[in-house]
Amino acid sequence: MQQAFKLEVVDLACERGDLRLFSGLSFELAAGELMQVQGENGSGKTTLLRTLCGFVQPIEGKVLWSGQDIGEWDDNYHAQMCYLGHLNAIKDELSAIENLQMSAGLAGFSVSESDAITVLRRMGLRRKEHLPVRVLSQGQRRRVALSRLLVGDSKLWILDEPLTALDVGAVGLMQELIGEHLSNGGMVIFTTHQPLQVAGVQTRQLALS
Amino acid sequence: MRLAINWFKYSAPSTFYGLAGKLIPFFAWPAAILFAVGLYIGFFVAPTDAVQSEAYRIMFIHVPASILSMFIYLIMAGYAALGLIFKTRLSSMMASALAPTGALFAFISLWTGALWGKPMWGAWWVWDARLTSELILLFLYLGFIALQASIEDPRRADRASALLAIVGSVNVPIIYYSVQWWNTLHQGSTIKFSGTSMHVAMQQSMFTILVACWLYVIAISLARVRSIILERESNTQWVKELAEAK
Amino acid sequence: MNKLSLFGLLGLVIRRDLLLAMRRRADVLTTLIFFVMVVSLFPLGVGPEPDMLRKMAAGVLWVAALLASMLSLPRMFSADYLDGTLEQMMLAPQSLTMMVLGKIIAHWMLSGLPLVLIAPVLGLQFDMSVQALWVLMLALLLGTPVLSMIGAIGAALTLGLRGGGVLVSLLVLPLCIPVLIFGAGAVEAVNSGMDAISNLSLLGAFLLFALVFTPFVAAQALRISME
Repeated sequence: MQQAFKLEVVDLACERGDLRLFSGLSFELAAGELMQVQGENGSGKTTLLRTLCGFVQPIEGKVLWSGQDIGEWDDNYHAQMCYLGHLNAIKDELSAIENLQMSAGLAGFSVSESDAITVLRRMGLRRKEHLPVRVLSQGQRRRVALSRLLVGDSKLWILDEPLTALDVGAVGLMQELIGEHLSNGGMVIFTTHQPLQVAGVQTRQLALS
Repeated sequence: MRLAINWFKYSAPSTFYGLAGKLIPFFAWPAAILFAVGLYIGFFVAPTDAVQSEAYRIMFIHVPASILSMFIYLIMAGYAALGLIFKTRLSSMMASALAPTGALFAFISLWTGALWGKPMWGAWWVWDARLTSELILLFLYLGFIALQASIEDPRRADRASALLAIVGSVNVPIIYYSVQWWNTLHQGSTIKFSGTSMHVAMQQSMFTILVACWLYVIAISLARVRSIILERESNTQWVKELAEAK
Repeated sequence: MNKLSLFGLLGLVIRRDLLLAMRRRADVLTTLIFFVMVVSLFPLGVGPEPDMLRKMAAGVLWVAALLASMLSLPRMFSADYLDGTLEQMMLAPQSLTMMVLGKIIAHWMLSGLPLVLIAPVLGLQFDMSVQALWVLMLALLLGTPVLSMIGAIGAALTLGLRGGGVLVSLLVLPLCIPVLIFGAGAVEAVNSGMDAISNLSLLGAFLLFALVFTPFVAAQALRISME
C-alpha cells in the first residue's frame, strides 16, 4: 500500500479557554519536508501540535491525513505518526529498556530487547540501558523519550520542543536523525527555541502571531 | 450549509438571550398565580383528613417537589446528552441552569418529607424507600454541580458533567429499585395514600401546585440560562453592545 | 516488529501497572491498612457486644471496602497523566477502551483483591459464621471490580483537577449504592437463614453490565479530560 502521504491543514482555528489563538490557518506538509512552527510564548504552538495529534477538536477547519479527516480518531493516522510532547512519558521506576518496550507496546507493537539496546546505544545511552530512569539526568531522560522515534515506522513526527535539556552532542544527533527520517520519505513538524538545521533540507517556517 | 452551522453554533445563545428574556414573564406570572390558587385550595378548601388530620396538607408541596426533582434530573441529562453529542452549547447551558433547581426541589422534598414524618411516624427521619432515593438523588445533583464548579474550562466542564449526568440517569432506576428492595427486606414504613380516598379538592390543589412548579422551573431556568450566556459570552461583541451589560 | 493483538495489549497494560506497583509497594499497602483500620475502629465506637457486631459486620466491611477503593481511585490515571504516558496511550492506534480495561483490572488486582483476601480475617473479629464469611468473600469478589469500574469513570472525569481526590468520591459513591445494598444483603440473607443466591446473581449481573459499558465510558471521559 504505497501512497503519497500528506498532512493538510485547512482553515484551522483554535481557542484556549475563551481566547482565540489563531484562525484561518492552512498549510500542507509533504513527504521529505521539515516544518518549524514559530511564535512567541502563548501564541498557540503547543495547541496547534496537540490539534494535529487529535487531542484538541478544532473550533473551525480540519486536519487531513492523506485526504482523510483525523477527527474520527482514525487508527490509520495514529499508526503513522509519533508525538513527543513536553512530557517525556517515561516511568522513573522502569529501566530505559523497559520504558522503550512499554511505550512501543502501548503503540501496538513489540520490540525485542536486542533491538531496544541498539536504539538506546544509538541515542548515546550505552551502559545506562538497565538502570532505572530515576537515576538518569534530565538530558538522558529526554534521550530515552526520543528513542521512541526510532522504534516503529511512523511517517510523521510531531515534536514539541524536542531539544529541551539536550547537550550539543545530542542536538547534533537529533539533526542527523531528522535528516535520515526525511530522506526516508518521512516528515517532521516541530517547535523549538534553539536553532535546528538539517543539512541539505530547507526548513519551512510557519509563524503564529 | 457551512454558514448555517456557524449560525447555529455562535448566534444561537445571542438570539436565545433576547427570546428567553421575553418569555420569562409568560411563565413567571402564571406560576405565581397558580401557586397562590393551589395553596388556597390546599389550606382552606380541602377537608381535614380523617387519619392524619391537618398534617397531611404538607403533601401539596412534598409530592410536586418529589416528582419534579426526578423529572428535572432526566431533562437535565437529556440536555447534557444533546450538548455532548451535537456540540450545541445552548443545551449544555440549559443543563447547568437546571441543576440547581433540581437540587432545590430534591432538598424541599426531603425537608417537607421530614416535616410530614414527624407527626406520622414520630421521627424526623425514617429510612423510607422514597425518602432514601430522594436523598441519593440529591447526592447525584450535588456531584453534578461540584464537578461543573471545579473545572475551569467551560467546554470541558460541560462535556464532563454531561457524561456524569448520562451515567447517573442510567443508574437512577437501578438505585431506585435497589433501595425499594432494601426497604421491603427491612420492612420499613412507607407513606400510603390510597388514590380513591382523596378528596377532589386535594387532587385539584396538588395538580395546580404541580403545574405552578413546572412553570416556575421553566421561568427560573430561562433566567439562569440568561446569566450563564452573559458569563460565557462576556468577551463577544454582542454582549459588549448589550444595554444592560454596560 | 510484531503487531500486538487486543488481548496482547490488555495483558501488556496489566503487566505494566503491576510491575510499576511492585516497585512502589507502599501505595498498595496503604489501601489495605486503611481498610483494616476502619473496620477495627467500629467495635471501638459501638461497643464489643458480639450480637450487635455480628449483625453489623457485613455493612461495616462493605462500607470500609467502598471507602478504601475510593481512596485508591485518584491513583488509577494520575501518574500516567502527569508524566505524559496517557497522551501516548490516546495516540496509540489501538483501542483506548482496551487499555482502560487493562488499567481497571490492574487497579482491582492491587486495591480490590487484597481486600477480598483479608476480609475473612476481619470478619472473625466480628464473630461471623464460617458460611457468612464465604458468602462475604464471594460478594466482595463480585462487587469490588464493579467499584473499580464505576470509579474509573469518576477518576477519568476528575483528572488533573484541584481537590480531585474528594471530588471523585462525591461523584462515585452514590453510583455505588446498589453494589453496597446487594453485597451486604447477601451476607445478611445467610445470617437470617435465607439463600444468598439472588443477591449474588444480581451482583454478577452488575459486574457484567459494568464490564460491557464502563471501560468505554471511562475512555470517553479521558478524551474529554485531555482535550
